[in-house]
Amino acid sequence: MSTIVDPVDPVDATGTAATSLLRFATAGSVDDGKSTLVGRLLHDSKSVLADQLEAVERASLGRGQEAPDLALLTDGLRAEREQGITIDVAYRYFATPRRRFILADTPGHVQYTRNMVTGASTAELAVVLVDARNGVVEQTRRHAAVAALLRVPHVVLAVNKMDLVDYTEPVFAAIAAEFTTYAASLGVPEITAIPISALAGDNVVTPSTNMDWYGGPTVLEHLETVPVVADPSEDPARFPVQYVIRPQTPELPDYRGYAGQIASGVLRVGDAVTVLPSGRTSTVEALDVLGEAVDVAWAPQSVTVRLADDLDISRGDLIAPAAAPPAVTQDVEATVCHVADRPLKAGQRVLLKHTTRTVKAIVKDIPSRLTLDDLSQHPAPGELAANDIGRVVLRTAEPLALDAYADSRRTGSFLLIDPADGTTLTAGMAGSAFAEAAEAAAAVADADDDGEWDF
Amino acid sequence: MTTAAAVSTDAGNSGGAGKAGDADTPYALSHLDALESEAVHIFREVAGEFERPVILFSGGKDSILMLHLALKAFAPAPVPFALLHVDTGHNFPEVLDYRDRTVARHGLRLHVASVQDFIDRGELRERPDGTRNPLQTVPLLHAIESNRFDAVFGGGRRDEEKARAKERVFSLRDEFGGWDPRRQRPELWQLYNGRHSPGEHVRVFPLSNWTELDVWQYIAREKIELPAIYYAHEREVFARSGMWLAPGEWGGPKDGETVETRRVRYRTVGDMSCTGAVDSDAATIEAVIAEIAASRLTERGATRADDKLSEAAMEDRKREGYF
Repeated sequence: MSTIVDPVDPVDATGTAATSLLRFATAGSVDDGKSTLVGRLLHDSKSVLADQLEAVERASLGRGQEAPDLALLTDGLRAEREQGITIDVAYRYFATPRRRFILADTPGHVQYTRNMVTGASTAELAVVLVDARNGVVEQTRRHAAVAALLRVPHVVLAVNKMDLVDYTEPVFAAIAAEFTTYAASLGVPEITAIPISALAGDNVVTPSTNMDWYGGPTVLEHLETVPVVADPSEDPARFPVQYVIRPQTPELPDYRGYAGQIASGVLRVGDAVTVLPSGRTSTVEALDVLGEAVDVAWAPQSVTVRLADDLDISRGDLIAPAAAPPAVTQDVEATVCHVADRPLKAGQRVLLKHTTRTVKAIVKDIPSRLTLDDLSQHPAPGELAANDIGRVVLRTAEPLALDAYADSRRTGSFLLIDPADGTTLTAGMAGSAFAEAAEAAAAVADADDDGEWDF
Repeated sequence: MTTAAAVSTDAGNSGGAGKAGDADTPYALSHLDALESEAVHIFREVAGEFERPVILFSGGKDSILMLHLALKAFAPAPVPFALLHVDTGHNFPEVLDYRDRTVARHGLRLHVASVQDFIDRGELRERPDGTRNPLQTVPLLHAIESNRFDAVFGGGRRDEEKARAKERVFSLRDEFGGWDPRRQRPELWQLYNGRHSPGEHVRVFPLSNWTELDVWQYIAREKIELPAIYYAHEREVFARSGMWLAPGEWGGPKDGETVETRRVRYRTVGDMSCTGAVDSDAATIEAVIAEIAASRLTERGATRADDKLSEAAMEDRKREGYF
């Protein structure tokens, strides 16, 4: 055992080797205290180490603040510290004995919708912050809309600064009710509202003694217990081919393995599969999970697939069950978030990157733009500017095996890229807008009380 | 190791085979499996989209981990990339020995960009403090340009440092190798955009989402050999700036600095002039993991003089084209 550290049970120290991983995002404005919440989560879960805390204390003192400003833990760049803002998504890491967390910390300014879209795209949970004194404001509605649009399965409403409203229940209850009604109308399947004070530490990691009327989990307890693993066996398998492994050595003259990450569902040896877009069929002969032969593999494992037949398969092809292949199309309708500074215009020629396939495409039409604050549609905007959400119609030069984003976040998403300089222009989600999807989800929820989405 | 239809994974030889937290489904993955799968996906994306990728390989644990993941990603074929070592000239002999054995064992191609060569030619000047870490940027960019590398894998992790926390997995660099945090491409879903113009290149960080503890847990699980200096050993050291530095040809100790023998190990491995050892009795990987889990200092805070220069030291180096 080590002599320079506190004694620690080696089983505890290594037991985290088999914890699960939760990716989540936070959204809120500068004034909602988001950085303080994140700092509090890191600090109270003992993920902030002494040298980091000392740096924060030094910086806080340098600005004439007496208590360490936990927001300084997350504002990493010089420009941010100088201006007191967050300019980009920052990723934070912390762990408890139950779980490892990856936090995408996204700024909440109006002009940075794209950052929240980016953070939400890989998140299984989003924390939306509101100031208890202000309640649900325009920006809160925008954050709820982004979470719904990106189909983040779990949303937490953190009603912050409860200390400034005397920890009173009616204030919290009214905000929670208003937000829940709004988010549910967008199709958010699960909403949890928690009254907190990030500054004082109420209900972030430790239960508040100031709000006996609240019996729910703290923010951290909820993060630790929310289910992260959707059952992949309910989804059809999708395997985009990334790379063809052909050793061509004397020992392995004919080996041909298709390397990739299973995007959804479960693959089994013996499965009858179709290769898209060619439509040729074969059978899964062997599955390798990074050097180990297996009979079954599932999303999101990186595997190597070998087929019984010698087909012409290359990067960009999709292997799917013969019984449940996605539609193959050259006409794409999607909801998009424009992320580049230059606008997207009808008639523009772009590259479309979908799974491992990049094809030429043309923007045929931009039928509408959506205002996230009130979800009003603005027909025929002509173009989409940075941070705009809108509908686009695309025609691709080659066929794509595309799922609806509602069915698969992984195989229903795509990027539009500027062919001239490679700039990422637009983030796309194939299929119907979330408003229509919300109606469908509502119908499902009526039929089935769980009402959970299929991810 | 992952096994067919296993509920969770065995924690290998790390001694703590706990159950996965979400073991209610037969399709759970441990966080190490999830991180491994993500890193392998990144390696394969680069292999599929770039012409001339290279792996930065220092012989430190993060670059050793990268190589291990690359070997798994392309097995049974060889790794389709060369290695590039930016050699400060202030190397730990154990690490150079490890590097050369590894290259020979896997039949890899190694490029070496030597800081000493640049100093000898008068293109770089030794710093007054003797540290050569900031001098690595020029040889690195020269090697990238002269070999026309278009993708450069680095072992940087976002948990290491505040500027690195804002780094992309695919980080576009201009023809000067510079990083502009305000002009980064948004990175959505698992769709990495590696398009670049001639003269530009992309830095790729497959370990972006790993923490120091993840790295050690994975090294334990996979039984990866590391240079011996990562484990506790007796070594002559002297104190400077609150760290234990090892004497060597690089210039230490100065007058007034006394050398003593202590039991130490290294948490990071870099240039000898600015990489400090920590007091430790952790001679096995289990002991190292226990030590890190209980440590109250970050690995860079404990062991890197170059990051103590200022609050924005890493941000400034990255803008210049550093790793």
